[in-house]
Amino acid sequence: MSKKTYSQAINEALRQEMRRDPNVIIIGEDVAGGHGASGETGGVGGVFGLTKSLYTEFGPERVLDTPISESAIIGAASGAAVTGLRPVAEIMFVDFVGVCFDQIYNQAAKFRYMFGGKAKTPMVIRTAIGAGLRAGAQHSQTLHPLFTMVPGLKVVMPANPYDAKGLLISAIRDDDPVIFMESKLLYGMEGEVPDEAYRVPFGEANIAREGKDLTFVAFGAMVQRALAVAQTLAGEGISVEVIDPRTTSPLDEEAILDSVAKTGRLVVIDESPPRCSLAGDISSLVAEKGFRSLKAPIGKVTCPHTPVPFAPNLEDEFMPNPRRIEEAARAVLAYR
Amino acid sequence: MQLSRDDLKRAYRGMFTIRVFEERVNKEFALGNIPGFAHVYLGQEASGVGVCFDLTDEDYIGSTHRGHGHCIAKGCDVRGMMLEIMGKEGGLCGGKGGSMHIADMSKGMLGANAIVGGSPPIAVGAALTQKLRKTGKVAVAFSGDGASNQGTTFEALNMAVVLGAPAIFAFENNGYGEHTAASYAVGAPSIAERAKSFGMPAEVVDGSDFFAVREAMGRALERGRAGEGPYALEIVCSRFLGHFVGDPQAYRLPEELAKARANDPIPRFRARVTEAQLLDDADLDAIERDIHAEVEAAVQLAVAAPRPNINTLETDVYLRY
Ligand SMILES: Cc1ncc(C[n+]2csc(CCOP(=O)(O)OP(=O)(O)O)c2C)c(N)n1
Ligand SMILES: [Mg+2]
Repeated sequence: MSKKTYSQAINEALRQEMRRDPNVIIIGEDVAGGHGASGETGGVGGVFGLTKSLYTEFGPERVLDTPISESAIIGAASGAAVTGLRPVAEIMFVDFVGVCFDQIYNQAAKFRYMFGGKAKTPMVIRTAIGAGLRAGAQHSQTLHPLFTMVPGLKVVMPANPYDAKGLLISAIRDDDPVIFMESKLLYGMEGEVPDEAYRVPFGEANIAREGKDLTFVAFGAMVQRALAVAQTLAGEGISVEVIDPRTTSPLDEEAILDSVAKTGRLVVIDESPPRCSLAGDISSLVAEKGFRSLKAPIGKVTCPHTPVPFAPNLEDEFMPNPRRIEEAARAVLAYR
Repeated sequence: MQLSRDDLKRAYRGMFTIRVFEERVNKEFALGNIPGFAHVYLGQEASGVGVCFDLTDEDYIGSTHRGHGHCIAKGCDVRGMMLEIMGKEGGLCGGKGGSMHIADMSKGMLGANAIVGGSPPIAVGAALTQKLRKTGKVAVAFSGDGASNQGTTFEALNMAVVLGAPAIFAFENNGYGEHTAASYAVGAPSIAERAKSFGMPAEVVDGSDFFAVREAMGRALERGRAGEGPYALEIVCSRFLGHFVGDPQAYRLPEELAKARANDPIPRFRARVTEAQLLDDADLDAIERDIHAEVEAAVQLAVAAPRPNINTLETDVYLRY
């Protein structure tokens, strides 16, 4: 056990899985870096440094730099996956799935079912999500609802370094295509991470904080914000339970319903526009299966129905921020 | 086509404005005045200015993440640009776009674009408008060597040929897509050859030579304005700095960078016009003084300007929830 960042945890998971299984390969843009250039090859390790030094250890056959051709990256990963490799493809920013979505949702996601259960597609797509870096409308989105609605895909949103490592190892060993969504805002977050390989299973929520008056459900980077507001409210004697589902598909419905059965009040915090969001999805789950537990209408804190704005003040207001989360919590708590 | 003294001054003004603007973006970024990312156009000035030199406000361009130079070459206001890049009220996109999304419809500037390969298909559509309306105008898609590998680019090249759209594909081959060399990532011998194989004329141009770029663009424009279809240019140039401001560039040797600097398009232009006695140093120095003052004023304005009104978060949408 030692302190590692979220980034280091991901890098360690990749390295350990590549050592364990020669079928694991990495494919993406600048995952090594420097090919064909006059200086150092392999020193970049991804624009966020997540694949750092893997090229040095595993070489060009297993750490593959590609042209800027996302459709071919994802298509090649799924073709390699159905024929026996375990590719970990990198789509640098989730926003870029726009140019390769067919290969994800019509191809990789459908092989298993469409071929009558005769194909396995053990691949992972690692991708960076989220606003907050002032990166503008095409580099800041959090598109988990888009993947969550596709049958066949598993969707993972680690919210801390421990989960990042354990969930990535589960993803690599999984036989279905997994979208592994890394929160850019968490890359520098530190936490205790065991040195050895371990798995965090899919579909098992993390109760990030126990409480009895109100339930927060949040994903990825929003878990930290939910915890911060829970801490503030604790100062006033309000006890908030924070549920981090870890994976949006499969979803741990039971953990959410159990928590709401205890607290009777729910606020979902979701970094995406309000329509067809996880906030809407979880609200509908609780309305359907947890109606009798509810003591107040469900609160939702989402982004507005707009693209992500660039200016820092607009972006800060766009994201679910502590002020908006606290307001929603108070409204739900005040309902009688 | 012989250029007049005024034309030459305009060309120098364009290139030098980009140079000073981008050097300043670099500096203001380091000072923390520019949020997010910035990709500067230093070293590629002759390309943007050469391509846009004979375009009108009714001709369109689509740009890239490295778009400041294209904006300036197409006539965007540097104050509005600096305000936008700093995320301030009064920016060309009201502070909602930022460096990678500067656009100005009144100048035929269809936006910088943060998706590699985003612009070529859009330019085909803008060119189609010109064809259907018989305007004799064209649409240019700027793209990098990296973007030449994107599927959207291939589709756009082919469709421009099929539809006979007056689209001009300006591929700025600066040798790198991020941290990977074009020599590795572009499988074909050249981007121009690749464009030719789609069925359009294409040529390789020295992108550090304003005159060469402008002349090649003249051939593309002649074809486009006559309604004869698309054209491609592979403009070979150098990226003086890293991919983004702050890229340490360990993958490039100092000698390579020195060689690129030795072929700087701005001193090259200066030497050419002064040796031919078309302009003298005093003319050029006066332009430089003007531009330094102009960019300084833009920075001061932008640093002092307020952030956009918070109420604009939910404007420019057709519906609020
Ligand atoms: C679809 C997509 N993939 C990847 C990226 C990340 N990215 C931004 S710029 C860039 C390199 C582009 O290279 P090139 O087209 O040669 O343009 P240059 O930066 O050299 O001007 C990459 C990979 C992106 N913005 N969009
Ligand atoms: Mg390039």
